[in-house]
Amino acid sequence: MPETRNHIRFILNGEDITLNRVRPDETLLDFLRLRRGLVGTKEGCAEGDCGACTVLAGRLEGERVTYRGLNACIAFTASLDGAHVVTVEHLRGADGGLHPVQRALVQHHGSQCGFCTPGFVMTLAGLRLEGETADDARIEKALQGNLCRCTGYESIVRAARAALADPEPDTLAEEAQAIAARLRALQDGARVEMGEGPDRLVIPAGVDDLAAMLEAEPEARIVAGATDVGLWVTKAFRAIGPAVFIGHLRELKRAEVAEGKLRIGAGVSYTEAQAALAPHLPALAELIDRIGGEQIRNGGTVGGNIANGSPIGDMTPGLIALDATLTLRKGASRRTIPLENFFIAYGRQDRQPGEFVEWVDVPLPEPGALFALHKISKRRDEDITAVLGAFHVQFDGTGRVAAARIAYGGMAGTPKRAAAVEAALQGRSWTMETVEDALPAFERDFSPLTDMRASTAYRMLVAKNLLRRTFLESSGTKAPLRVRRHEAA
Amino acid sequence: MNTHTPNLHAERIQGGVHESRPHDSAHKHVAGTAVYIDDMLEPRGTLHGALGLATVAHGRILSLDLGAVQKHPGVVDVLTIEDIPGEKDISPTARHDEPILAEKGVLFHGQPLFLVVAETRDAARRAARLAKADYEERPALLDIAGLDPENDRFVAPPLTLKRGDVAAALESAPHRLSGQMRIGGQDHFYLEGQIAFAIPGEDGDVLVHSSTQHPSEVQHMVAHALGVPSHAVTVEVRRMGGGFGGKETQGNQFAVLAAVAAKRLNRPVKIRLDRDDDMTATGKRHDFLVSYDVGFDADGVIGGVDLLYAARCGYSSDLSGPVTDRALFHCDNSYFYPAVRARSAPFFTNTVSNTAFRGFGGPQGMVGCERIIEEIAFACQLDPLDVRKRNFYGGSPRDLTPYHQNVEDSVILRLVEELEASSDYRRRRRTTRAFNANSPVIKRGLALTPVKFGISFTATHYNQAGALVHVYTDGSVHLNHGGTEMGQGLYLKVAQVVAEEFQIDLTQVKITPTTTGKVPNTSATAASSGADLNGMAAKEAARAIKGRLADFAAERYAVPIEQVVFLPNRVRVGNQEIAFSDLVKQAYMARVPLSATGFYKTPKIHWDRDKGQGKPFYYFAYGAACSEVSIDTLTGEYMVERADILHDVGRSLNPALDLGQVEGGFVQGMGWLTTEELVWDEAGRLRTHAPSTYKIPLASDRPKIFNVKLADWSENQEPAIHRSKAVGEPPFMLAISVLHALSDAVASVADHKICPRLDAPATPERILWAVERLRAEARGAGGTGLAGGAHDHMPAVETAGRSDAGPPGLTTLE
Repeated sequence: MPETRNHIRFILNGEDITLNRVRPDETLLDFLRLRRGLVGTKEGCAEGDCGACTVLAGRLEGERVTYRGLNACIAFTASLDGAHVVTVEHLRGADGGLHPVQRALVQHHGSQCGFCTPGFVMTLAGLRLEGETADDARIEKALQGNLCRCTGYESIVRAARAALADPEPDTLAEEAQAIAARLRALQDGARVEMGEGPDRLVIPAGVDDLAAMLEAEPEARIVAGATDVGLWVTKAFRAIGPAVFIGHLRELKRAEVAEGKLRIGAGVSYTEAQAALAPHLPALAELIDRIGGEQIRNGGTVGGNIANGSPIGDMTPGLIALDATLTLRKGASRRTIPLENFFIAYGRQDRQPGEFVEWVDVPLPEPGALFALHKISKRRDEDITAVLGAFHVQFDGTGRVAAARIAYGGMAGTPKRAAAVEAALQGRSWTMETVEDALPAFERDFSPLTDMRASTAYRMLVAKNLLRRTFLESSGTKAPLRVRRHEAA
Repeated sequence: MNTHTPNLHAERIQGGVHESRPHDSAHKHVAGTAVYIDDMLEPRGTLHGALGLATVAHGRILSLDLGAVQKHPGVVDVLTIEDIPGEKDISPTARHDEPILAEKGVLFHGQPLFLVVAETRDAARRAARLAKADYEERPALLDIAGLDPENDRFVAPPLTLKRGDVAAALESAPHRLSGQMRIGGQDHFYLEGQIAFAIPGEDGDVLVHSSTQHPSEVQHMVAHALGVPSHAVTVEVRRMGGGFGGKETQGNQFAVLAAVAAKRLNRPVKIRLDRDDDMTATGKRHDFLVSYDVGFDADGVIGGVDLLYAARCGYSSDLSGPVTDRALFHCDNSYFYPAVRARSAPFFTNTVSNTAFRGFGGPQGMVGCERIIEEIAFACQLDPLDVRKRNFYGGSPRDLTPYHQNVEDSVILRLVEELEASSDYRRRRRTTRAFNANSPVIKRGLALTPVKFGISFTATHYNQAGALVHVYTDGSVHLNHGGTEMGQGLYLKVAQVVAEEFQIDLTQVKITPTTTGKVPNTSATAASSGADLNGMAAKEAARAIKGRLADFAAERYAVPIEQVVFLPNRVRVGNQEIAFSDLVKQAYMARVPLSATGFYKTPKIHWDRDKGQGKPFYYFAYGAACSEVSIDTLTGEYMVERADILHDVGRSLNPALDLGQVEGGFVQGMGWLTTEELVWDEAGRLRTHAPSTYKIPLASDRPKIFNVKLADWSENQEPAIHRSKAVGEPPFMLAISVLHALSDAVASVADHKICPRLDAPATPERILWAVERLRAEARGAGGTGLAGGAHDHMPAVETAGRSDAGPPGLTTLE
């Protein structure tokens, strides 16, 4: 058993914080505003969409501190153990002078009502720490999780360009080494335990500790990035305790290739997964740009996206199309199942009490195979999927379809394979004619719902058209096939 | 901040009018130190309120069991309508149709039933969900499709505008067509939700911090509900985190409830709505169903139009009367109708009561109008821009609006022609067609649309404003006026006006929060009127003090009054120059009063609603936008490739702020017409009540190329404040160009022969159905302009808000 602590510790702006009374469902935003009077951080939606509550969370990665934007409204205070939390109040220099991002926003008229502004400031301050000159595509990606209703964004983007080009060092860069040392001092490898019953929370010392804890307390709620669980609290008032926080576990954050497979730890965030996927599965890496805003991608994890079983979880159709397997662990024992078998029905997954998702293994497509992903939503960025199609097609030597694995999100109660469509393609030459012949099979595979995102008929037509698009993109046509904001990287 | 030493030799003051200056709170915005109501320090004992909402759209409350609510830990009190000591209604137009909380009847899903007050906001919110209500449900009227303006219920009297013999004009026109267009509503999505914070005072007094565009109305509502005189109630607002019309009347309810609870419990009470409750329980932009019948000639020149603007108003009148009136005032956009009849139909529905939203019905009026232009262009096979130009208002007799006001200040042709050239419209018209010829899936579209927007409240008595100016003995100035700050920079503009009037640097003018205690009986900051009205009132106040200073200086230094000249930060009196602050000190010692009120009322305007005639608008603001889009004909996805805007703000008071209004208004309008879709289900529940489901534009939705210019040659023909023009609302409607560019792209799939009749919002789904329909019709009918029943292929959807009944077939009489 590791040592235990009965309190959490983190750095808030410049101050060392020790808290021995934290409910598992206390949000970071409530902690900041209600307990600390740090009211620069705003609540706009309490669901991680508008970004008015954006703060930076710095964590040690090797020797350095890496800062990432988070939605304080749905992040739980306890999950910040061992981190450096930075709010807008901290950005001004010791002399009270504005941070380059703040200065640029003033100069370029990037605020009107000002309510969203602290969130934009934090997002851009985080972007600036990446240290490279960001182009407009990167700026827009960084801003996907920040809503402004006044400016139309043009002035904010102008300010972002100016701030990123401004060579002046800022507060966070200047104090980076000192903060790193302080964060190192907080790393004691202890398990944190606090509270009783629904107030109980555990921050395990490592994965083995997590496994042991869950075996002993199988009813505990596993919380990683809280990008979903956070809303259970802020919108539905669901009790989440006893809760076990796993977002910090390095062992769950590994992403590595071995034997033709990419293994992604359950705790790998979307942001981290994107970096790991880019060299091997560029289509899947690119899709991640379309999941939430950057703050959500920094918190949300691949394991969480799978484990909560949503029919519109965007990672799963692609992973199913690649025939990924899921490894679940209980205590010291593990079992590995095909990912698609994990999803039993809407809201029901094949996870036993005390079990947790440890990693997913993704076989890389063999050379010559086609792997494509298409997400359709009402708004292109930071929107929930209406239809998502994932296509993995292997060919034999003569251009015929040797195997097709096609999976969709948004078309059924779970992420689901289009088995009839796959069968209709099987063994046929990869032509538009084959594709057209296969389209009626969609009616056998799916009967999607109508909801506020899309109608049944739209979902069905688009599902078919995504197969058409997939074919056209593989056909070598020079005509544009997608509306694009920026040329693909 | 206050260590500014005025330059006594300056040629120009710093921060006068026509100068670009950052928003007065910009520094505080970015530093996180700008205080919004929820950021204020809470006095000892502050309590928090949350609302319990109805879960049926229409019905009678059989029982409301609040036992569990009361017992929830931390709960202090629960209030229902019975607990309102005074007036129980908050209809802003005195129609008594808006109970503060539901009485016996529930009229929309989400209607507030009770207020729970607790020690913490969390406790109040949790407790609010514990009520048990039993209802006798009744059929709910959710949509206006199929309602009859002759027989169905209105929430306010309809308006008819008439000129000429419409029936004859339609019948004698060489061509005629009719159709219908559905235009969706819009949630304001101000980033700061509704909030009110009431602090009880002695006797009957209460101070209410309210995020409102209309503090005087809040004051009156609170006084009525408490049964106290207005003098007992002070309403203050330093800033709102966005308003857009959503805080013109919608804050009243929460301010009243907070005040009633605060007085009842003698403790401060704050009510801050959760986003979902805010979107569910407060009104939005009206959705409309516009029916049109138009006669025109082969050149596309309109002979006559007959229009019906039906609006879904919700369960109460709120501002629906004036909103639907303003829709009619803009049914002409920039075009002359030789004969016209335009009727409004403000229908009652069992939905949330729709309210003011930037443009106030004007955008819907204009969108309907532009559909007609588009129909004509397709019917005549003309470029829509040519149809537009042929129908623009011109000299007499082609200058008369449907409400019998002459358009005397039109700059629309000049704006449009300049934009046509600067945006390279004609060449791009050819290049988009060429692009489309080689691109089977992705299609481009282009459109250039004008805006003419009438400036003044159509309720004439609203066009008044007051201000209060103090000059202190150090020469610094305290400024207060009735306008509110919601991000538009009104405070700064008015301060610039005062600085200019006194000829002192802007830093010498202190902007102070709007409060009913300093300037009474104010109008809402709405109708784009903030700077026009309050700028003039503040100027008058400053002028009064300046006049006294001049009189004093003339007398003291024994020079003729003409020899007293206010120079930057100083006053020349005869041959000597005296620092402004020194002159002020001397005036004080000589017992000259250094405080004044100012008042302004807009001249020239009048409006006879019964006759539908008058001059409701002091002047018009104009603009034009050219947008280019690309659409994906497999999925309906789209992108705004480029937008070019030329907008008329007269002589801008602050070009930087005005550009911000134009850019922001355009993108907000784009959201309304594209991805912002409100969806109600069959039970009348709003399903898009949070940003996860309701999609306002992101940075990555703004035009890829965005060229925005103010028409620097323009000057208001009327002596409005420093010859500037109002800017809050007009740019919103520039976004109509995006809708028409999308439509143009859709039309390309049928060789521009069939009008797509694209409804709004043009979500990817609507785009795709329009593409499918046009392709089918082009295959079926050979694609001739006026042929083909324009039935919408959008499938019937069970949700009420999306029951997109297709428009009736268009007819041609040749």
